This record gives sequence, structure tokens and C-alpha cells, in this order.
Amino acid sequence: MLALPDDELIAALAGRRRPGIERELCRLDVGALRARASVAGLGLICRCDPAYPAQLRSLDAPPAVLHVSGSLERALALLERDSVAIVGARRASGYGLDVARSLARGLATAGLTVISGMALGTDSAAHAGTLAAHGATVAVLPGGADRPYPASRRPLYRRIVATGTILSELPAGAAVRRWAPPARNRLIAALAAVTVVVEAGARSGALVTASYARELGHPVGAVPGRVTSDLAGGCNGLIRTGATLIRRPQDVLDELFGEGVVTYREAVRPPLREELERLLCAVGKGHDTIAALGQSGFSPEQALAGISELELCGYVRRGPGGRFSVVP
Amino acid sequence: MLARVCTFAIDGVDPRQVWVEVDIRSGLPAFAIVGLGDAAVRESRERVHSAIDNSGYEFPQRRITANLAPAFLRKVGPGFDAALALAVLAASEQISAKAVECYAVFGELSLTGALRDSPGALAVAEGARRATIGRLIVPRERAREAALVGGLQVAGVATLSEAADVVMGSQPPPLPPPKPRPPATRPGPDLADIRGQAAGVLALQIAAAGEHNLLLEGPPGTGKTMLARRLPSILPAMTRAEALEVTRIHSVAGLHADGLLTSRPFRAPHHTISPAGLVGGGSPPRPGEATLAHHGVLFLDELAEFQRSSLDALRQPLEDGHVTIVRGQRALSFPTAFMLVAATNPCPCGFAGVGDRCRCGEPELRRHQRRLSGPLLDRLDLLVNVQRPTEAELRGPPATTSSAARERVADARERQRARLAATVARCNGEMDVRLLRRLVPLDARTDQLLGRAYAVGALSARGRHRVLRVARTIADLDRSPRVTREHVLSALALRQRAGAPGEELGAASLGPGGELVA
Repeated sequence: MLALPDDELIAALAGRRRPGIERELCRLDVGALRARASVAGLGLICRCDPAYPAQLRSLDAPPAVLHVSGSLERALALLERDSVAIVGARRASGYGLDVARSLARGLATAGLTVISGMALGTDSAAHAGTLAAHGATVAVLPGGADRPYPASRRPLYRRIVATGTILSELPAGAAVRRWAPPARNRLIAALAAVTVVVEAGARSGALVTASYARELGHPVGAVPGRVTSDLAGGCNGLIRTGATLIRRPQDVLDELFGEGVVTYREAVRPPLREELERLLCAVGKGHDTIAALGQSGFSPEQALAGISELELCGYVRRGPGGRFSVVP
Repeated sequence: MLARVCTFAIDGVDPRQVWVEVDIRSGLPAFAIVGLGDAAVRESRERVHSAIDNSGYEFPQRRITANLAPAFLRKVGPGFDAALALAVLAASEQISAKAVECYAVFGELSLTGALRDSPGALAVAEGARRATIGRLIVPRERAREAALVGGLQVAGVATLSEAADVVMGSQPPPLPPPKPRPPATRPGPDLADIRGQAAGVLALQIAAAGEHNLLLEGPPGTGKTMLARRLPSILPAMTRAEALEVTRIHSVAGLHADGLLTSRPFRAPHHTISPAGLVGGGSPPRPGEATLAHHGVLFLDELAEFQRSSLDALRQPLEDGHVTIVRGQRALSFPTAFMLVAATNPCPCGFAGVGDRCRCGEPELRRHQRRLSGPLLDRLDLLVNVQRPTEAELRGPPATTSSAARERVADARERQRARLAATVARCNGEMDVRLLRRLVPLDARTDQLLGRAYAVGALSARGRHRVLRVARTIADLDRSPRVTREHVLSALALRQRAGAPGEELGAASLGPGGELVA
């Protein structure tokens, strides 16, 4: 419906408020909007511009103007590359966040642009994983591109602006309305060549993204979960209805380029000191507390120092409740 | 006729000398007390009158004016009764005015003429020694407490007439025998009761050795409180000066009556406590829990449930070791050199890290984190995640016993004392940045390690000093003269997170095979 021309759209939806909206439309000052965007430091690119991302033209209603925070050239260059959308639940489990992060890290290393929505949970983990691998990431926001949303993600927003790009179809300063996140999801689905859902409940917004991707004919992948888990219902349902099962970055590359065409080499972990190697192995076996490591022969002092070193190297992570886990 | 007797007002927890001056003139019978006394001081007229009559003396039927000097100091409580009565007796020439001036007198009177138990005798005794008044009369129950101060002749008397006899030169009654303590029916809490919790037990020893503040975080029922309650059993013994200070404070607060306190205080206020209850307040200001925990442990269980204002009020006393309370025109300073031990759940439901039991999302976790006062958390040097012990751990032997741990702690303290002898700090937890730079030199590799930790976000800017202080204590427990890389790594493992809960370190940016591994 959003694809209708302005006057028909107003006629269809406005009802009693029609005169007011028409007046508003007449008063719309394009110059002022442009000035506001430039004050906010946003780059603009119009639907009529030849450089406008081609993927978006396949949408029924491509955004009239894309608002870009950061360099416009870099944004267009990132969108030229092969890209993957990694989306999922906001209330993701620790496992889900780990998977999102490691998928993003692997795919970024393979040279893909990782697209997501900067929401809490899975989306943020995907961006963070990409940034950790010095990869390219694109965040599509549901409000104005100059406003970090959610506000608590301001640090992530800044890191993405520095090396990646932030997009929105709404003008500078636009607040987030209820309809905005689903509308944003259609952009994510259109921009990415493949959409991967990491963890999603049966009513998750990530499923909206997946269904847009299917409508556009883009491949959809999903990470399977436990059949008893609330957080896996959406993903398992997608797989049952034909989505590709995703276990590791290579599965996404196979889906995108064909079996074995592009291979991704996992970074080989350099050998550690013998003692640290033993410690890492013990953590991997589920000895996730200092006391538990004591059971496998480490004194508390040894275990503390070793865990600290492994953590600083990025091999071990402290999860909820301070339990250690091996970073996948 | 004029007579005066020395006594002491208790100002906060400190004694201030007060002269009770009594003048008797001819005129209609009257008894006026001036000198900024409170209601208890005004009522003391009636007590003094009856006590004198009932002790076999005569209350003069003339015009009596009593002045409590200095007149600007507000006087609170019934502790001036005995001094007033003796001054009246001296002014009416029933006892020697000259002899009574050599005594400091302290205590509340009953109408029968008996001296009642009055809190704060130790503070009064210290005041008497400072004012070089060599003789002190206190209620009998408080005699042993007052006698803790050396160089004083303490007379513990039961009645006003006994006090008058002492003044007139009779032999003061001997000190009462110590109150029989109830025999210890069960041993106190001991580290040997604890199974598993290796990190917790180690952190307790580090905290005790360096006086570091400690945060215990874990699901309900995992033993946070059990660990904290065992901290006093491994703390080093108090020096005599510390013990005297603690006894004085507890005596003034009316919590302790007999002899010297020998164990460090352990205070665990309920989380509904007000800011004034925690740091002191009221009018006149009274010491709060922070002061009662002076030289001991202040344990805040369920830290997230405390009022934000109470926690924030703790910041300055924690930093400075004393707190200044201003009420009206009075400013009082209370000592607050305590060790803070706090316990909290890791998330609102309390079960983060227990399998899949935790249902808290990121917003809830953030809200929980916000409930804890950030600046206060910043002062906690050690963070320990307390986890439910596994069955194997429950069946295993305890990590250590309190007596063994106490020896390690005492040994580490001794090393600190030798190193910090010429400085203001008493222990590692009190070292400031300048002392750290001078006394905790690091080799290049260790310095680089800390730089890395900062770069990947494992440390906040202030965290570096915190880690160094803790590393120094770990080295002391290890009997090592130098802080090595392993000590710093252990300290890093016990640090607090710099970022939000669940946020990963940016460690991957080190690249595989960063120099850390070498």
C-alpha cells in the first residue's frame, strides 16, 4: 500500500484527517529537510540517482531517499559487495549471541558485508562480531540515521559510523514509531543477498525480515535450536518450511555462491603454552568455575591467572554468573 | 560558696571536658541548671535532689545555680548527674571542695542515690587522661572499661555516698571481677565449613590481607552470606590502640559494657537502613553502622535492595576513612575505616548462570546494574562470582581452615607493615597512586599486559590502580617481594567488569597469537 502515489495513499488512509495531511504535504519544505540532514551530518541519496543501491529497486516501494550517517561513498561501496543479513531475537540466549557473533566474524573475514538492525541482542552481537574481525557492517535503523536506536547502543553506533555505515529511510531526527521496525526489516531483507535468522521465537520480528526476503526471492537460512526452547520456534519453523540450515559461516557461503565455490578458512589458533592449553581444554569440557577447575588439578591461583590470560587473548569469555566458556 | 567538679560530655564519640560549677547563695530555695543542657539535664535536678536526700546528706534549702561550662557546648544525657550532686555537696560544705576538684566524675543517678550504668565511660576515661586529671569516679559496672586507659586511678562506685567517701579519702572499692562469659557452646564460623568456592575463599584471604573491599555476586543460596560471615575469623588481631578505639565507639553507642573488645566488629545492617543510620546522623548526631564497623567489616547483603541514597552516602566515608556530619550548628566527625563486603544477585531473578533458569533479558540486567551505585562499585576492589558447588565439590575436602588462612593473612600483613612503615597507609588497600608508583614497580612485560587489558576493555582507567593494589596483596600472600606477571593476571581475574554485563571484550582485535601468548 505504501507503494501508492501520495494523493491516492492519503485518499485511502487519511479519512477525517485528510485536509490536515494535505495541508502538511503542501507545506513540506524540501530545502529545510535537506538543511536538517546536512546539519545532522547525513548524506542523502535519491531513488532517481543512478548510484542508488540496485537491490532496493526490487522492492514494491523503494525508499524515496536513503539517509546515510558517515561517508556516502563508503556506504555505496559496502552495499556493492556481497552481503548477508544476520537477525534474531532481542532477548537472545547467551548461546544465540555467541552464534551470531561467530557467524558474523567468519563471514566478515570471508569478505561479506554484514547487515543488521542494531537492535538489542542478536543484531548487536552480529555488528560486534563483524567489528571484531575488522569487517564491514551496515546498520539499518528504524528511526533517523542520526539517532542511535536503542539509545543504550550509542557506543556501538559510534563504532559502526567509524568503519561501517548507518542507513535509514526516515529523515534526520525521526522518532521510532511502532510501524517503523517492520518497515526497516524490509530494507534489511532487500539489501542483503542472503538472510540468516539466528534465534527467533514464533512471533519474532526477525521472521518478518525472513518473509520479506522470501518474497524478494532471496535465500533464507536459519540456525536450528532445541525443539523445546521458546527461542527456537521461529528458526526451526523456517527450516521446516524450506530455509537452509546454518551451522557455521561456510554454510552461508555455500548457500550464496554454491557448494564449495568460496571457502572460508578458519583462523588457526596458534599453539598456547602447555599449561594454558590444558586449562582451555578443561574449560571446554565444562569446568566453568575456579572451583571446578580445581577438580582437574589447577590451584585457584593458577586457574585465576590462566583464565585471565586466556580471556585477554579472547579465547575464554565470562558469561552470566561469571561462568567461563570457550569463545567459539 | 562555690564548688566545681570536672566531667565529660560525649560529643559524637569523642569526650569534651565540662566543668560543673555550683554556686549556693542565700535566697528562696531554688535549683537552676544553665549551660545548654537538654531535657535529660533539666530533669537531673529532681534526681540530684532525691539522691542527695536518700544518701544521708542534706539538700541545701537555698538558692542553687549550676553551670555546665563551656556554655556553648550542647550537653546531652543523664551522665552529668553524679558530678552535679558532688558539686552541690561540695558547695554546701558537706564534702571538701578542694578534694573534689581532683576528680573527674561521670554517671547517672537514681533517686535512691545509686549510680546507674552509663554508656561511654571509656571515652570519659580517655578524656580524663588527656586533661591530666588523674582520678576518675564512674559507676561500678563501667569501672573495668574505664580502667583500660592506663595512668588513671579509677574508682568504680555503686552509690553517691560511696563516691563522696572516695573523695573524702577512703580507699576506693576494688575493681569488680570480669563478668563471666557464657561458655562458647559452639565454635564460631570457620572456613573449614565451606566446600568448593575456591575463588571465594581465596578472595576472602586477599581481602583480609590487604583490606580490600569485596563484592560477592551469585544466585540465592550459593553461600555468599556464608562466605562473608567467615571473614572475621581470618582477620588479623587488632592492635591495642585499635581495640581501644573500637571499644570506645561501642561503649558510647551502648553496645558494649565490659572490658576490651578483642574481635573486630562485623556489622550487617538490614537493607531498609536509612542514609543516617548507615553513616551517622540525627540530632544530636549519633554514629551510624559505618562507624560501628570501624576497624572491622561492614557487610551489606542484597546490595541491590539498599536505597540508592544510602549507598551513595557511603562513598565519601569509604574514601576518606571518616565522615563529618553537620546538623544545625554542629559538625561532628566519626571515624569510618571499615572494610566493605557486599553481596548481590547477578540479575533480578537471581539465577544468571544456573543452566537455563535465568529469564532476564538485557533491559532487566541493565536496570539491575543501575540499581547498584556505580561510584560505589568503583570502590570495590574485588569481584567474586559465587556459584553453586557441584556435588563432587560438596563431597570434597574444604579448601582451607580459618586458622591456616589467618596465619597467611597475618604474615602478609606483616610484610605490608614493613614496606609501608614510613607512609600514611596501613595496608595495601590504602595505597594511593603515588605510593603505588613508588612501591609497586612492574617489569616491562607486566606493564605491557596491563596496557593490553586496558586496550581490550577489560579495565577502566581507575581499574588499573585497583588491580595493582590487589596484585600487591596477592604477591604478599605469595611471600614474593616483587609483583610478577602471574600476580597481576590473578588480580585481573578478580576485577570487576568495565563494560555492561554480557559484553564481550574486544579481545579478538589482538589478532591470533598476540604477544600475550608468548
